[in-house]
Amino acid sequence: MERIIDVAIIGAGPAGLSAGLYAGRAKLDTVIFEKDRVGGQIVTTQEVANVPGSLFNEGSVETTGPKLIARMVDQAEEFGAERVMDEIVDVVLDGEIKILKGKKAEYKARTVILAAGAFPRKLGVPGEKELTGKGVSYCATCDGPFFTDLDVFVVGGGFSATEEGMYLTKFAEKVTILVRDDKFSCAQSVVDKVEKNEKIEVMYNTEITEIKGDGMVESCILRNRVTGEETEHFADEEIGTFGIFPFIGFQPDTTIFKDKIELDKWGYIVTDETMATNIEGVYAAGDIRPKQLRQVVTAASDGAIAATMAEKYIEEKFHG
Amino acid sequence: MKLLDKATFGETVLEGTGVSLVDFFSESCEPCKALMPAVEELEGVYTQLPFYKLDTMKARRVAIGQKVMGLPVIAIYKDGAKVDELVKDDATKENIELMIKKYI
Repeated sequence: MERIIDVAIIGAGPAGLSAGLYAGRAKLDTVIFEKDRVGGQIVTTQEVANVPGSLFNEGSVETTGPKLIARMVDQAEEFGAERVMDEIVDVVLDGEIKILKGKKAEYKARTVILAAGAFPRKLGVPGEKELTGKGVSYCATCDGPFFTDLDVFVVGGGFSATEEGMYLTKFAEKVTILVRDDKFSCAQSVVDKVEKNEKIEVMYNTEITEIKGDGMVESCILRNRVTGEETEHFADEEIGTFGIFPFIGFQPDTTIFKDKIELDKWGYIVTDETMATNIEGVYAAGDIRPKQLRQVVTAASDGAIAATMAEKYIEEKFHG
Repeated sequence: MKLLDKATFGETVLEGTGVSLVDFFSESCEPCKALMPAVEELEGVYTQLPFYKLDTMKARRVAIGQKVMGLPVIAIYKDGAKVDELVKDDATKENIELMIKKYI
């Protein structure tokens, strides 16, 4: 007989793995689909100190993102959730049986939990894509040390821009934070710390409109949003390059769901408190939905709720 | 994968002949560590070319000299020159395998 998965989970970060653990434990036929690697954004984090129970790890105090994810994967598998490496590229969600079209195969499922997460928002300027990893970076812990004694621009006026900007002063000669508006959008206590830091300069009302370079960032165009004045910033001739770190928030991974499921104006999947979307049998969990706090613990919580609701729905709809 | 340092990278890769693969990583780069087992698996399959890894924090100038300023990077070298690479999100097991197949 053709396999119909009970709970198909798209995404293998904390939300998807937690959903997999709960659904597997409920003895449902559960599959977690992952695009290329497990973990989501948390794998770039070296220290995860705020997940309850994560602090003391064998022999050392901190748990790294990858270690935490590896344990979540083991746990979900232990309870019977299956992992399939396939990128889901299209979905048909409105029928009683949902269809997921992957790059490798097509799958059928009674319920679907969308947990594909979010990725760092791009500036969307010419040169950004070509020069990613060549001076443009979205991961300070990965790439910060390359910029030892170099200049770095941090783009953004929120909490992550200020935090990452301060982190980058450990390496960079000078960090210039480019804020789009005339003030930061994060807590004043954080702004005070930034303003006190001698290695940080802040340019308000400023944005980057273009990044240039042949194989490495060599210059960028800065535009004053009030006067409209544009200036080109060049790398120090001797050193030849500098860094650009955009931290301007996140963007949900929902392009394949456009016109198929209700999204808010930022592209997040709208759910109610039970993680139910506007389509029966389809749930969303983690960073893919609008929420106040984007953390491992809240993603895991969403996943647990979504799986429990999916279980209830299957019971009523298919076995009732 | 054989670990290279700034001295052996020059001797082995830049002055070497034939095709080789280099995994640029660092101890503070968690995505690099998450990717490495997949690269090691491919090493077991594609024995036609040597696989090396370079800790970029111990060879920062070498890495920058190779225009590597963001991690992870999986690169293919041919006769001492970098001929192909996969950077950051593009560096997936699937893409690495496709890249290797182009050069063997």
